[in-house]
Formats: sequence, C-alpha cells, structure tokens
Amino acid sequence: MKILVCIKQVPDMESKFKVAADSRWYDTADLAWRMNEYDEFAVEQAVLVKEQVGDADITVLSIGPDKVKETIKKALAMGCDRGVHIADDEVSSREPFQIAGMIAEYARDKNFDLILTGMQSQDRGSGQVGILVAELLDLPGVSTVVAFSLADGRLELRRELEGGVKARVATGLPAVVTCQLGLNNPRYPTLPNIMKAKKKELITVGVADVLKVEARQQTAKLYFPEKKGGGLILEGEPAEVADRLITILKEKTAVLA
Amino acid sequence: MKVLLVAEYRDGKVLGSISDLLGFAARTGADHAMFVVGSEAALPAYGGTLYLADAETYGEYRPAVHKQLLLAAIDKVKPDLVVFSHSSYGWDLAPRVACALGLAQVSEVVDYVDGTLVVPVCNAKLRRTVEIKTGGAVVTLQAGAFGGSEPETAAPSLERVAVETTDRVEFLGYEAAEAGGIDLSKAEVIVSAGRGIGKPENISLIADLAKAFGGEYGASRPVVDAEWAEHARQVGTTGQSVAPKLYIACGISGAIQHLAGMKKSDFIVAINTDRDAPIGDVADVLAVADLTKLVPVLIEKLTAS
Ligand SMILES: Cc1cc2nc3c(=O)[nH]c(=O)nc-3n(C[C@H](O)[C@H](O)[C@H](O)COP(=O)(O)OP(=O)(O)OC[C@H]3O[C@@H](n4cnc5c(N)ncnc54)[C@H](O)[C@@H]3O)c2cc1C
Repeated sequence: MKILVCIKQVPDMESKFKVAADSRWYDTADLAWRMNEYDEFAVEQAVLVKEQVGDADITVLSIGPDKVKETIKKALAMGCDRGVHIADDEVSSREPFQIAGMIAEYARDKNFDLILTGMQSQDRGSGQVGILVAELLDLPGVSTVVAFSLADGRLELRRELEGGVKARVATGLPAVVTCQLGLNNPRYPTLPNIMKAKKKELITVGVADVLKVEARQQTAKLYFPEKKGGGLILEGEPAEVADRLITILKEKTAVLA
Repeated sequence: MKVLLVAEYRDGKVLGSISDLLGFAARTGADHAMFVVGSEAALPAYGGTLYLADAETYGEYRPAVHKQLLLAAIDKVKPDLVVFSHSSYGWDLAPRVACALGLAQVSEVVDYVDGTLVVPVCNAKLRRTVEIKTGGAVVTLQAGAFGGSEPETAAPSLERVAVETTDRVEFLGYEAAEAGGIDLSKAEVIVSAGRGIGKPENISLIADLAKAFGGEYGASRPVVDAEWAEHARQVGTTGQSVAPKLYIACGISGAIQHLAGMKKSDFIVAINTDRDAPIGDVADVLAVADLTKLVPVLIEKLTAS
C-alpha cells in the first residue's frame, strides 16, 4: 500500500509576529518553527495504517525553503519511509490552489492508495489544500476526520460536524483524508528513530517541475488588527496580581459577594 | 454584484448559520439568491429566490452530489460570489465548487471593507486583505462575523434543482454528541484549563480554583483531546457554549472555536504568559502571568477570605 502524507512547517503561534517588509506576509526571520499541529495527526495515521497492514510505504511531502527538511525529518522519525522536499523559497506567497496543484502534480503518476493531510494549517488556516488535491486527482476526499478505520480496502470514517455531532461515512481506496485534532495520539519520535531517520531517503524536487498552475488570488496587505477590547492588563508579582484581581472581581461581578 | 448564498440543512432542519449569509449579503449590498439541499417542509426564513434540491431524493451531505446540485444552481444564477459558512459543510464543499469553476476561494472571511475581503492569519493575531484574480470567487464566512441580521419573514419563491449524479463517498448515519455528566451551563463561575497548563497533573489546580469560586471547571479542546479532561467539559464550537457570570481562561490562546463557546460570558478573565494572545481581545482582565505561579496564590487568598 502506498501512502502520501502532506505536511507544512508553521511558526509557533505564541511567537511575537512582525509584518514583513512588503506587507504581504509575516516576517519569517527569528521565529521558532514546528510541524503544523493538524499534520501530526496525519503522519500518525499513516504510521498506524502501516502498522496495521504491514506492507506499506509512506512518503512524506513538504513544500518550502530548506528549513522545512527539519520538519520532514521529524515525520521520518515518527515512522515515514521517505521524504520529498519541494524546494520553494516563495512558499509563503503561494495560495492554496498552487500548493494543492504542486502536490497533485507530484502525486499524479505515483498511484498512492491513500493521501493524508491536516484539515488546515495553523497560520493560513484556509482548510482547502487536502480537498483540492482530491478534486485535482479526481479521488474521493473526506475532510475533518476524527475516527479512521480501514478494512478490506474500504475506509470507514467519522467526520466531525458542529456541536460534537459526527457523520459516519465510507469510501473505497484510493482516497484523500484530511485529519482533525484528536484523530489519534501523535507519537513522540524516540532517539533511536531520530538516528534512523537521518539515513532515510530525502528527495528534493524543484518547484518548476511541479508548479503548473497560476495563482488565483494573492494577499494585498497583511496587518495587525486594531485591539478592540479595552481590557485591563495586570502584570507583576503573583501576590500583587492576585490581590488586584480579587478586588476587581468584588467590584465588577457578584461572584465573590 | 450578485451573490449565491449556500444554506445548510441537516437531518430535517435548516441550520442557523443563514443569518451570517444574509448579514454578508446586506453588508455588500449585493443582489442575492439562496441554494439549499433541503425540504419544502422546512424552508429557510428567506424572502428571495431559493434554489431547492430535495433532500429526500439526494440524502444527507455527500460531496459530489451536493457539488453537482450547486453547480446546476450556479449555472442558472451566474453569481459573482458563491457564499458559504466556514463550517464542516462549507469548508468541505467550497473548495470543490471553486475547483470546478476555476475560481479563487477565500476562507473564513471576517470582514468586507471597501469591496475587499478580510481574513484572519495565525490564530487571529494578524489579518490580511485578499486580491482576487479570477472573475468571481467562492468564499466561506467565519461564524458570527456577519450575523445579527433580522430574520426574514417572507416565504421564498422556489426554483427546483435536479441532477443525475452519484458519489463515491457513502453517508452511513449521524452519531450524536457524547452525553456527559457535567452541565457547565448551570455554573455561575467556570474556570477553564488550556494547553498552557502544561501537564495533566495541573488539572487539579484549575479544579481547585473553580472550587474556590463555587464553580465548575472547563477545558479547551487540546486538553480534552489529550484526555486530561472529559469531553463534557469542552468549551467551544465542538463542545458546549456557556455564558457564566465569570469565566476564567487559564493558558488558553483564544482560538475562534474556543471564543465561540464562551465570549458571551458576563465577565472574562484570562491568565496567559503571552500578552498578545487573542484571548485578550475578549477578556475584561488579562493577567500576564504564569498560571502555575498565579493560580495557587489565588486559591490561597480566596479560601482564606
Ligand atoms: C473545526 C474545529 C473545531 C474546534 N473546536 C474547538 C472547541 O470546541 N473548543 C476549543 O477549545 N478548541 C476547538 N478547536 C481548536 C482551536 O482551534 C485551538 O486549537 C484550541 O482552542 C487551542 O487550545 P488552547 O488555547 O488550550 O491551546 P493553545 O492555542 O496551544 O494555547 C495555549 C496558551 O497557553 C499559554 N500558556 C502557555 N504556558 C502558560 C503558562 N505557564 N501560564 C499561562 N499561560 C500559558 C500560551 O501563551 C497560549 O496562549 C477547534 C478547531 C477546529 C479546526
């Protein structure tokens, strides 16, 4: 069974962001980078499928500058077999249709049985790429999956809807599945597996070889929203902050009366 | 400008998100029509033209079937924008329709300023305006961003939509939300634990603070997903919606899906090490502090007094 997992490297959301000089994206200097949280569930699911069926081969793909190799290596240490790095220094200006176009172009002639992605990225958050890949490759695609089972070449999945309700759906393979938080428990790479990952194949593909579609949109301007809430900010020693907070709660709420 | 609003219908009912769709149409001043795969027995409160595909015939949501039906309606309406809610229905169907039409898709629109769509970036810490390069676009709207419009009272004029189609994805049924023993909606004070608590042992810290206020403790989704708290305690779009007299968010960043479940609380306190965390936008008081240091002191002072 051939599996493709698509992952993105994103900054830590607790970072102090700055707007880039051209005002079209955030400044990518001086940030801590990690695997998009949703994609961790996709990688874990690929590895779980491999553990289940035994005979499986997992390719993990990421698009971006050289540093995304670090994130690919984490996926290799979690249990993927091979990395594919689509080298693209302009990745942050690409819109979801271009990203999906590159993935579909790479995957088209490789006969993957299962393609897994996160349901969205933490930074851009469009939630389009996985479904677009399914459409571009004319495969069934199921998004926002929180439960996954594979038996006799058939997937039975639960899609998360609003308010905790789930839809049970089924489809045959090949298929594309986008993974939601809580689908499984992503493993931490162990030291021996980190060492082993260093020896795994990591192929680089040039962006020109796979980028065949034009952007349909672009960011005009990225900016910080105006702070709406005139909320009070408390800072200082814990004892002092606690006293001030209790005083405020006594004045403004009835809960300490 | 003309927009086609895509309403949602599930299990016999039109979902409330149509107020966002109507709010968006009002904000843009565009002519509009609506599409739904629904039932004549449960029509949306909408006074315009409704393109109706029969849910009896086509069943609950299957992506290829709904895509074909919607494309048939789009072919008749010829809208400039096709507008969805950014929901499990909208974010699944919108990219398929955009792909079929060769249009740009703009996700989770929060504002419309001078004809330009605005969307959030990085957990709403940043925003961006989008320039569309195709002749029209598909958009999804963030829940609540355009809501608050008066519900319409007139009945729609109906146009039927029908296509011959199948799907490779089968719908097997719905699974109801897990029923839990805790009803957070009754608590006057809710203290919630976010991923910032760092480890499962710190749940007791949050529970003790809730107890000191005579309240209950809740949690954000990662805390529930990690099984540090039961699902019945989850606050947010995929958990419970609460509006207590006091809500204290401890180590919670303030993602839109969490805010949707608690922003109506009377008074909101956030305890967070990140001064720029988006929870600050809805908090009446933001204590910039390490919760593991501040919470024990608070408990001590509250139980002493
Ligand atoms: C379709 C969908 C539905 C969702 N439904 C829900 C839902 O119902 N409810 C929900 O909560 N989420 C939901 N989410 C997830 C949501 O997008 C966020 O990922 C989640 O709310 C983040 O939880 P958090 O704030 O606890 O964690 P994080 O975003 O990781 O934030 C942790 C915070 O803790 C702070 N912190 C760290 N250490 C400390 C410390 N020592 N002291 C104080 N502060 C500290 C950090 O500064 C940060 O702000 C949903 C997502 C999707 C896509």
